[in-house]
Amino acid sequence: MDILSNLALGFSIALTPTTLFLAIVGCFLGTIIGALPGLGPSNGVALMIPISFTLGLDAMSALVLLTAVYYGCMYGGRISSILLNIPGDEPAMMTTLDGYPMAKQGRAGDALAISAVASFVGAFLATVGLALMAPLLARVAYQFGPAEYFALYMLAFCTLGGLGSNNQAKAAMAAALGLALAMVGLDKTTGMPRFTFGNMHLFDGIDFLVAIVGLFAVAEVFFFIESHGKNSAIGVKLGKLTMPWKDLFAARWTMLRSTLVGFIAGVLPGAGASLGSFLAYAGEKAIAKDKDTFGKGNPRGVAAPEAGNNAAAGGALIPMLTLGVPGSGTTAVLLALLLTLNITPGPLLFTERPEIVWGLIASLFIANIVLLVMNIPMVRVFVYILSVPGYILLPGITMIAFVGIFSLTGSSFDMLMMVAFGVLGYVLRKLDIPTVPVILGILLGNHMEDSLRRAMVLSDGDWTYLFSSGISIGLWTAAVLGFVAPMFLRHFLKKPQTPAFATEHMADHIADKD
Amino acid sequence: MRGDRIFGLVMIFAALGYLLSAAGIETSFLSDPIGPRVFPYIIGGVILVSAVAMLLQPDPDADWPRSATLAKLALTLALLILYAMSVRPLGFIVPTMIAAGVLSFQISPRPVPAALTGAGLGIGLFLVFKYALGLGLVALPRALMG
Repeated sequence: MDILSNLALGFSIALTPTTLFLAIVGCFLGTIIGALPGLGPSNGVALMIPISFTLGLDAMSALVLLTAVYYGCMYGGRISSILLNIPGDEPAMMTTLDGYPMAKQGRAGDALAISAVASFVGAFLATVGLALMAPLLARVAYQFGPAEYFALYMLAFCTLGGLGSNNQAKAAMAAALGLALAMVGLDKTTGMPRFTFGNMHLFDGIDFLVAIVGLFAVAEVFFFIESHGKNSAIGVKLGKLTMPWKDLFAARWTMLRSTLVGFIAGVLPGAGASLGSFLAYAGEKAIAKDKDTFGKGNPRGVAAPEAGNNAAAGGALIPMLTLGVPGSGTTAVLLALLLTLNITPGPLLFTERPEIVWGLIASLFIANIVLLVMNIPMVRVFVYILSVPGYILLPGITMIAFVGIFSLTGSSFDMLMMVAFGVLGYVLRKLDIPTVPVILGILLGNHMEDSLRRAMVLSDGDWTYLFSSGISIGLWTAAVLGFVAPMFLRHFLKKPQTPAFATEHMADHIADKD
Repeated sequence: MRGDRIFGLVMIFAALGYLLSAAGIETSFLSDPIGPRVFPYIIGGVILVSAVAMLLQPDPDADWPRSATLAKLALTLALLILYAMSVRPLGFIVPTMIAAGVLSFQISPRPVPAALTGAGLGIGLFLVFKYALGLGLVALPRALMG
């Protein structure tokens, strides 16, 4: 019963008054961030990192706060999907399909309650899955040498790009762009500057937090101005709140099935929560006897995507923690957090710093329960916050982004660079080039180069060494498949049109931004 | 079509510049078998190939903003750049009030709510960040604060 004693260790760390308080704050902020249209989980977590860092929180507290924000976002996204027909974040897109029709029939309260319970089931079971599977995967990851890691990074880029973009050339472009930016700075092995053009600010390389906040949050400012803020929420109505026990009971198998589908989608590198919720909804609709009621306010059409996306959010933590390879945009941001805190994820994390891993898992369980309590009786608070008009909200978010970066580095150069990344993010998304691979490239570029060079040291420059073990051949095969197969599968994976997203820029990337 | 082609063309030049710059990286006698240049070469190559692919097979264009919106976006960009450069010398409150106010006005062109938003955010965020979160912000121009 290794896991139980590990969990006990985790809870003994996570159940202190401070961390409990941080979990509650994180859940609250996360739900708000998730609920506000245009401010998704990766945005939200990215904005919070510099702030939690300058607060001087220790590693465990920062992790608890940020993962609570992460789970909170996944819960929050559904609120605006149901009430406004505008997904609060990308993974909540599928929830609009049945959530909004239910709200129009005067069952907004029921839809919110069902989706909250479905979110809880999905996230809770996924966290159990994380606790069970992560140590197993960590044991496999022990056998990874530099060649295997290099292949694994290739796999992450290929599947993330392949699934997340509609055009393979653009996916490759995005990943290479990120990797190219990661090369800026002093070369670790030789100590020689690369691509710094003599600028002292660039000797340390490009701070990935600057890039993340720029590409996600500042780019969003430009999109918001362009759309004249017409997605800001006005006039939200919510009827009486009761627990729809009957619907919940009827949807019990839906939730479990969707949790499984979402969890698997989350564990796969590159798939992420959006794909999880999409597959869960599509699967549930395919096996339902009353297919024609889906899209017209079927409670199971609300339960499926919510269980799916929250389960995927938990599943996505597995590759991030055990291999150091994030499976989605938000877990990439969480990886950035870990690296900032000087924690290197990977199999060694499980043996050398078990308190971090199990404390994190325990805090996820706590966050889940806090979120369930918060989201059923307190949902009115969030609905109220949703009615903050865009002309206050957007300047506020922009200024918070600047303060975060400024307090982190205190330099105007980094703020200017953040603005530059904002422009880059705007142009890339306009051109339908996914931005998540860019982030992943900046984050992993140096590790990837390092593993290539170490592999070459081991083999004395023999490139065939990269394909010399069974594990690496398997990873390379999966990478090629993950990149090429979506070209043929795209035909089948067409998303149904969701009304609010037909005009929305975020619509185009399945795996982007979740 | 045009967007992809222009971007592809720009990226071809960027990739060539990157490769050229990579060729100029100095290496030391202590280097490993492949040295600091090979990985950048590979990356530059991938950018080059995907840029050519974008040039040859462009996707249909997105709706690019018209000139009025474009002017607004350019103004926003200028505002953010000015803000980034002025927070250090001028302190937090005044630049934040102006930047937040102008952003607010751009979303909803009503002067009074915009001015109130600017003032409220400038002072409110300062109080929150400085006293509730304890970040080291400077309120007013350095010259005034001594």
